[in-house]
Amino acid sequence: MLLSRNWLNEFVNLSDVSDHDFSEAMTLSGSKVETVERLDADIHGVVVGKILEMRRHENSDHMWVCRIDVGKGAPVQIVTGAQNQQVGDYVPVCLDGADLPGGKHITAGALRGVESVGMCCSYAELGMDERDWPHSAADGLFILNSDPDLAAAGLNPGDDITKVLGLDDSVVEFEITPNRPDCLSVIGLAREAAATYDRPAAYHTPAVRSVGGDIKAHAAVDIADADLCPRYTARLVKNVVIKPSPLWMRQRLRASGVRPINNIVDITNYVMLEYGQPMHAFDFSCVDGGHIIVRTARPGESIQTLDGKDHALTEKMLCICDEHKPVCVAGVMGGANSEIVGDTAMVLFESANFNGTSVRRTATALGMRTDASSRYEKGLDPQNTIKAVQRACELVELLGAGEVVDGIIDVMPKPLETTVVRLEPEKINALLGTDVSADEMKAILRKLDFELDGDDILVPSWRGDVAHYSDIAEEVARFFGYNNIPITLMRGDTTCGGYTPIQQTELAVGEGCRAMGYDEIITYSFISPGYYDKIRWSADDPRRDSLKILNPLGEDTSIMRTTILPSMLEIVARNYIFRNRSVRLYELGKVYFKRPDGLADEPRILSLGAYGDGIDFYALKGAVETLLNILRVPAVRFVPERGNPSYHPGRCARVFSGDTYLGVLGQIHPLVAENYGVDEDIYCAELEFETLHSLRGATPVYVPLPRFPATTRDLSVVCAEEVTVGDLTECIRANGGAYLEDVRFVGVYRGMPIPPTFKSVTFALTLRAKDQTLTVEHAEETMQAILSALERSHGAVIR
Amino acid sequence: MKELLKELRERSLQAIAGTDSAEELEALRVQYLGKKGELTAILKQMGKLTADERPVMGQMANEVRAALEETLEKRRKVLAERALELRLAAETLDVTVPGEVHNLGHRHPMYIVLDEIKSIFIGMGFDILEDREVELADYNFTKLNVEEGHPAREWSDTFYFTEDSSILLRTQTSPMQVHAMESRQLPIRIIAPGRVYRKDEVDATHSPMFHQIEGMAIDRGVTMGDLKGTLNEVVKQLYGADTKTRFRPHHFPFTEPSCEMDVQCHKCGGKGCPTCKGEGWIEILGAGMIHPKVLTGCGIDAGVYSGWAFGMGLERLALRRFNISDLRLIFENDVRFLEQF
Repeated sequence: MLLSRNWLNEFVNLSDVSDHDFSEAMTLSGSKVETVERLDADIHGVVVGKILEMRRHENSDHMWVCRIDVGKGAPVQIVTGAQNQQVGDYVPVCLDGADLPGGKHITAGALRGVESVGMCCSYAELGMDERDWPHSAADGLFILNSDPDLAAAGLNPGDDITKVLGLDDSVVEFEITPNRPDCLSVIGLAREAAATYDRPAAYHTPAVRSVGGDIKAHAAVDIADADLCPRYTARLVKNVVIKPSPLWMRQRLRASGVRPINNIVDITNYVMLEYGQPMHAFDFSCVDGGHIIVRTARPGESIQTLDGKDHALTEKMLCICDEHKPVCVAGVMGGANSEIVGDTAMVLFESANFNGTSVRRTATALGMRTDASSRYEKGLDPQNTIKAVQRACELVELLGAGEVVDGIIDVMPKPLETTVVRLEPEKINALLGTDVSADEMKAILRKLDFELDGDDILVPSWRGDVAHYSDIAEEVARFFGYNNIPITLMRGDTTCGGYTPIQQTELAVGEGCRAMGYDEIITYSFISPGYYDKIRWSADDPRRDSLKILNPLGEDTSIMRTTILPSMLEIVARNYIFRNRSVRLYELGKVYFKRPDGLADEPRILSLGAYGDGIDFYALKGAVETLLNILRVPAVRFVPERGNPSYHPGRCARVFSGDTYLGVLGQIHPLVAENYGVDEDIYCAELEFETLHSLRGATPVYVPLPRFPATTRDLSVVCAEEVTVGDLTECIRANGGAYLEDVRFVGVYRGMPIPPTFKSVTFALTLRAKDQTLTVEHAEETMQAILSALERSHGAVIR
Repeated sequence: MKELLKELRERSLQAIAGTDSAEELEALRVQYLGKKGELTAILKQMGKLTADERPVMGQMANEVRAALEETLEKRRKVLAERALELRLAAETLDVTVPGEVHNLGHRHPMYIVLDEIKSIFIGMGFDILEDREVELADYNFTKLNVEEGHPAREWSDTFYFTEDSSILLRTQTSPMQVHAMESRQLPIRIIAPGRVYRKDEVDATHSPMFHQIEGMAIDRGVTMGDLKGTLNEVVKQLYGADTKTRFRPHHFPFTEPSCEMDVQCHKCGGKGCPTCKGEGWIEILGAGMIHPKVLTGCGIDAGVYSGWAFGMGLERLALRRFNISDLRLIFENDVRFLEQF
């Protein structure tokens, strides 16, 4: 909402308040100021000049040399190429050093050898157009005396042009919250300003003389859908003379960001700005049968709106119709078929109240949010229609734009009720933490034009947002001052606060990942169905059954992921495209599984992703093992996994704790890497976070340090390739008896003298007895037991 | 014999002073004091002396031995020091050569900010709540006093999973307030961070998925003064003890009275500059007293209990905190970006 401060001053005089103070005070009382702009900010050093003499330029066949009275001192000489001026005309003169909009700077100089102290300018050069100055020529200089209002006001050489043109005004842009559509008007803001500054506001009651006759003899209004149109008020004007509006009205419209068009259209816009009530003017000759019917559109109906666009209408859209056709999309835009044109002779003013949601949906569906619809959609005051239509008719008479016919049509199917809220000062003070007296509260409410009947508050019709004592508390707080409410700290029972166990696990896992050099990422929860193809899930994979967003932004964000892998791979690929040489990434993110009730199970997955800088299967596995160690997850096993289509069949493992599945890790299948355009080996892991947490080991209990020394034995065995290190390790552990403390894998050797298809595997064994120094015999017994078991179970023999 | 001893003393002391290494010194010790050394050899001649001479010579011999031993020891120390110096000199490193830095991973900048906020609230006795993102419209809107027909409920603004608009991706963290009110014991003090979703195209300031944090306190006698006190404290911990704040009236459907909280612009100190768009203040969060209708709807007696709530966008906070110019960087996850934090 753009507000001209000059216009505001007409209702509450704040001419002594600076723009800065005004913005601050209004913001703090609830009308947030976004910007303040002086209309004359870009224009300096431009004055009214009177042309005293003109002569031809000696070195040019089209330029003129003018002697101009600029008020101060002797007349000045200015050269101009314009042709529309005459001796005696008043023109804007940019003196030496003047500034014009667009950063244009004027200095004295010579034009083809003739001195010129400045420049005469057009209105375009002052930042205005033919809508602002309908009486003046667009080409050439701005002849000030061509505008009747300027001429009538009297033009004096030397006067500052910004004052003469009404640019000595500030325009304040407000961000009005949707609950206060009443503040989308000069009067609404005047009420707030008057209350903010505790100054009287002078509101005006429109008076219409009218010329006799009876509107009902010409027009009728019927509301077919009372829910969508609670009230429709209309008045008729005859003998209309379409012409430009007077200067004062054009100036105010312009300051409010509305382009002047003609007197009738300008009046509707002026009233909307002043009262907040959108108005519409119909060329009454185009309303068939003089009969206005407010109804929703019928199948197949369409309309061309004032902006020249054709729209197909749906049965949900409320329209203003005559007996045959829609003539206006209610609350949105009028139809071209009843537009005010140059020879319009009879005008019907509409001042109506429409259902906000309906108007908003229609405007959205038609893709045309207008000044009117953006007001209607917030829900307007039904009591405002009469005042607004009266004001419009008053302005018609003031402007001499036509003759108002007697009578008002006012159709309101349901009577309006006044909201009454009881004033409960104790409750309000308890909510705010203040000690404001009942009288103070009443004074604040009266300033806002609430009426009081004892302790009953009669809420004004324009305050649809007030219905509860807490709403009254806000009104009190706004004018008591939010910043005057005493600052207190909470009392009452102490609460403990802290991280829950699973939140602690989350922190531990994150710290572990970062300690190993993995950077945290955040990815979108929604993906494209095509991402499942990219990770090579088969077409009938049940995990493709994802929650689908019915109105997604696009395919890429259309379903809720059931796997985090493609999200990680997207980021890996993006970093690869950015030519980052290596990445180590992790994310703790949700996946979403459909539930029968329509909601989702939303477990979290810890994903790791890496390429470059020497990453291989064992480095990734080491990272996973480290995380499991941090959480003290017991009985961890890695099982080869050949069937996961996203991973390399020979370099993928599933992780278990005992029999509980924890996740999968490995090298991404080369075909998947190719799908992502990555020409490097990618390694990923996906671990089920909630499962990890549930298996997190308890706080460790101290185990006494060994009192007797340990013996270490290296053990190298030769076995067939198919036998895994895991098999051998398990076998050693199972057969190590009481003395085997630890088995550490050292390495694998292939080649001479080991025969092909065989390998040599070396372990380092730690042996220790708890109660004595281990004897050589005991060590030997243990080693023999292990060796014979290895041979028996796996055909592995000592090398 | 006296002459012999005197001569040995002078000669040996001179020889010790001329040694350059521990080895040389040890050789001299053996030469003079060893079992087959020169002093021993002289002492063997003691038998030839008279009874009167013996103690005199004996004393003299002991003095020579003592002098020799002392000098040997001093020299040993000198040589050891010298050797150490040489070794240390030889071991000198170029300390300007870069060290072996461990490549730690990096917390995502948005979570850095969230962690700070969490720890502040935990210190004030708040719990951290998390909840579902696929949510019922009832929890996301209706129970929060956002009625049917409200623009936020439109399909142009909110992602829906069902034709009847009953299941959606939550558009705010506020439904967690409802869950907390319905399920937790009073008094309640919680914060609830999480992902939220709105139908906004991606640009420098918008993303269809972003993060909010919500906070709420409900107890007997909670006032708007408490809201101000608590949030002031939080902001001071976030931005420093001398941070100035102000509260402005605003509108949210589920709070009444509602407010927005501004902090004075750190760049210009309130005079107005490009950072604060000339206002001197920067909006950081929205808050208010929980609407009695919302309390009642969640089964809390609004006649006995009152509460406040606040909500803020985390991305915006992180962007400002780290001077990040474009929201897209947050979700792009370029490691060159991530590793700056």
